Amino acid sequence: MGRTLLDRIWDAHVVTEPPGEPALLWVDLHLVHEVTSPQAFEGLRLAGREVRRPDLTLATMDHNVPTGAGPADPLSQAQLEALERNCTEFGVPLYATGSGREGIVHVIGPELGLSQPGLTIVCGDSHTSTHGAFGALAFGIGTSEVEHVLATQCLPQRKPRSLRLTFTGELPPGLTAKDMILGAIGRVGISAGAGHVVEYAGEPVRALSMEGRLTVCNMSIEWGARAGMIAPDETTFAWLEDRPAAPKGAAWERTLERWRELRTDDDATFDTELEVDVSTLVSQVTWGTNPGMVVPLDGAVPDPGELDDPAAREAAERALAYMDLEPGTPIREIAVDRIFIGSCTNARIEDLRLVADIVAGRRVADGVRAMVVPGSASVKRQAEEEGLDRIFEAAGFEWRRAGCSMCLGMNPDVLAPGERCASTSNRNFEGRQGRGGRTHLVSPAVAAATAIEGRFVEARDLAGVA
Amino acid sequence: MRAFRRVTSPALVLDRADVDTDQIIPKQFLKRIERTGFGEFLFWDWRQDPEFVLNRPGAHDAKILLAGRNFGSGSSREHAPWALQDFGFEAVVAPSFADIFASNCLKIGLVPVVLPEGEVRGLMAAAADGDELTVDLDAQEITGPDGRVVAFDFDAFARHCLLNGLDDVARALEHEDEIAAFERAHPAPFATTALP
Repeated sequence: MGRTLLDRIWDAHVVTEPPGEPALLWVDLHLVHEVTSPQAFEGLRLAGREVRRPDLTLATMDHNVPTGAGPADPLSQAQLEALERNCTEFGVPLYATGSGREGIVHVIGPELGLSQPGLTIVCGDSHTSTHGAFGALAFGIGTSEVEHVLATQCLPQRKPRSLRLTFTGELPPGLTAKDMILGAIGRVGISAGAGHVVEYAGEPVRALSMEGRLTVCNMSIEWGARAGMIAPDETTFAWLEDRPAAPKGAAWERTLERWRELRTDDDATFDTELEVDVSTLVSQVTWGTNPGMVVPLDGAVPDPGELDDPAAREAAERALAYMDLEPGTPIREIAVDRIFIGSCTNARIEDLRLVADIVAGRRVADGVRAMVVPGSASVKRQAEEEGLDRIFEAAGFEWRRAGCSMCLGMNPDVLAPGERCASTSNRNFEGRQGRGGRTHLVSPAVAAATAIEGRFVEARDLAGVA
Repeated sequence: MRAFRRVTSPALVLDRADVDTDQIIPKQFLKRIERTGFGEFLFWDWRQDPEFVLNRPGAHDAKILLAGRNFGSGSSREHAPWALQDFGFEAVVAPSFADIFASNCLKIGLVPVVLPEGEVRGLMAAAADGDELTVDLDAQEITGPDGRVVAFDFDAFARHCLLNGLDDVARALEHEDEIAAFERAHPAPFATTALP
C-alpha cells in the first residue's frame, strides 16, 4: 500500500517504539520563546540536566515584546530576562529583541530556511503547525514537552490519524489563502481535525505562494488538527534556496533529490478525506468567538435559532451577546474601531505588500485606529526598503516593531473593552485581544479595505485612488 | 509527575462547548515564570460574573470538572492544566478534548476522561446538587452519585504512567543508546548555533 507524506516523515524519525508504548520521535528543530519555556528550563535545572542539542534549538522573543517605543512592563521584562539567562546558561542561541534577527517564531523559522521539507519541528506554541507548509511535520507542544525535547531531543508520541483536505476549483480573484482556510473551517467545523495530521492538497493549494501556504497551515490548529502540511514542490524549493540555513552547492542538489520524494503516493489512503470547493468562495469574516463562526462578507450575522444542535445554539447565543451583534445584521454594515495587521498568520512581506497596494493614496477612516506589525525584524527591514512603511504611515496606519502584538495582547497592544477590531490574526476567542474586545478575523485584503471604509468591505468596493 | 489512582468528590459542571484555553487562563497571567499559583486566575474573565459556576459556594471542594465537548481548544499553554490542577481539580470529564490540552494534562497528572456526550450530560444532571462521584482510573470507571457505573477507555500506557506517577524524561533517557545511535546515523541539516 502507498505511503502518505506523514508516513514518510514519521517513519524516518522513530528512534524506538517499545511494545505498547508511544514511539520516541526525533525532533530536528526546536523553536523556543519566552512564555512557554521558563518552567521547562527550571525543570532541567532542578533535575541537573542539560540541553542535549542546542544546535537544533533556537530561541526568540515575540509574545511579550512591546511593538512601540516604550519598555516592556516589569513582568514581561522579567520573563524576557529569564529567557536570556536560560539561553546563556544552557548554550541555546537567542535572537533577542533589538538584535535585528528577532521576530515571531513562526516567521523567523521559515525566513532563516530552518523550516525545511521532511523535518520534525516543535515549539511551545500551537501555531507551530505553520511550518508544515514546507512539507515538515510541525506541531505545538506544552511546557512539559518543551522540557522533554530540551533534555532528550525526542518526544514520546502516538502516531496521529491522517486526514487529507483537498481544495478544488479555482480561487476567485481578490481572494487569499486566509479566505480559503477560514472558509474551510466554517465548512468542516472547529474540531474536525482533532486527532489528525492534515495534508492540504489540490490545485488551489499548489497555486498558492509559500506565504499563502504558511497562512493555511498556520490555522490547522483552529480546526483542531495537530499539524497541517503541504507536500513540497518547486514553489517550496525556490523559496528555500539561498536562505541562511538551507544547504548550499552540491549539498543543495543532493537535498533537492530527497525533497522531491516527499509526497503522498497516489495509492495511499487517509483515515479521513475532506473536500472544499473554493470556486464560489467570497471574502470571509468571522462574526463570533471561534474561527468556525464565519460567514461570507456579503452575508449577515446568523440566527442561532436556526441551529439544531443545542450546544451549538447556546454557543452562538453567547457569542452574539459577547460580540454585541444582532442576527440578520449585514456584515457590511458592521463598523470597526481598530484594525490589526500582523501575527504569525498574516505578517509576512507578501501580506504587507498586499495591504500597501490597497491603502496607497488612501486614508484610514476617521475614528479608526489601525496598526501594522511586521512578523519579524527582517520583514520590517524589507518593507522599509520597499517603502511600504511610508505608504502605511501616509495612510494613517501605525508602523510598529515586530512581535505577536495584538494577536494575543500580552504586550500593551490590546483592545479596550467593547472595541471592535478587524484582525488578520488567527483567534477571535473572548478576550483574546483584550478583555471585552471584539475580534473579527479577516484576510489582509479585507482588513486593509475595512480600515479605509470603517466598516467591512473588500478592496474592489473602495472608490478610486484619490 | 503526581500519581493518580482515583478521586471521590463533588463535581463542578461547566456545560459549554469549545471552551478554549484563553478562557481557562487568560494571557495576562502567562507572564509568571513559575509553575504554581495559577489557580486563583482560573477562568478569570468568566469569574467576573458573580453567577459563574466557579463563584458558587462549594466550588473549591470540587476535584472533578464536568465539561462540554472540545474542551481546551486553542493555545498550547500548559498554564491551563496548571491552573485547573492548582485550583483543586484532579480529573476533567468531557465528550472530547483538544489534542494538545489532553496531552498537557497527562504530563502533569490531571486526568482527562472522555465519555459519550449523553453520559456526560447524565453525570452533569446527577452531580448538580453537589453529590459526590468517583473517577477511578485503576478500574477505568466513573461512579455517579446515583451509584450508576460508567466505564471509560483510556490509553493503556498513559494510564500506567499516571497510576505510577512516572517521569517521561527519565523514561526516555533509558533509551539513551538508541537515541545516540539515531543521532549518529542522522547528521543534522544545519546548526542553529552556526547560522551566518
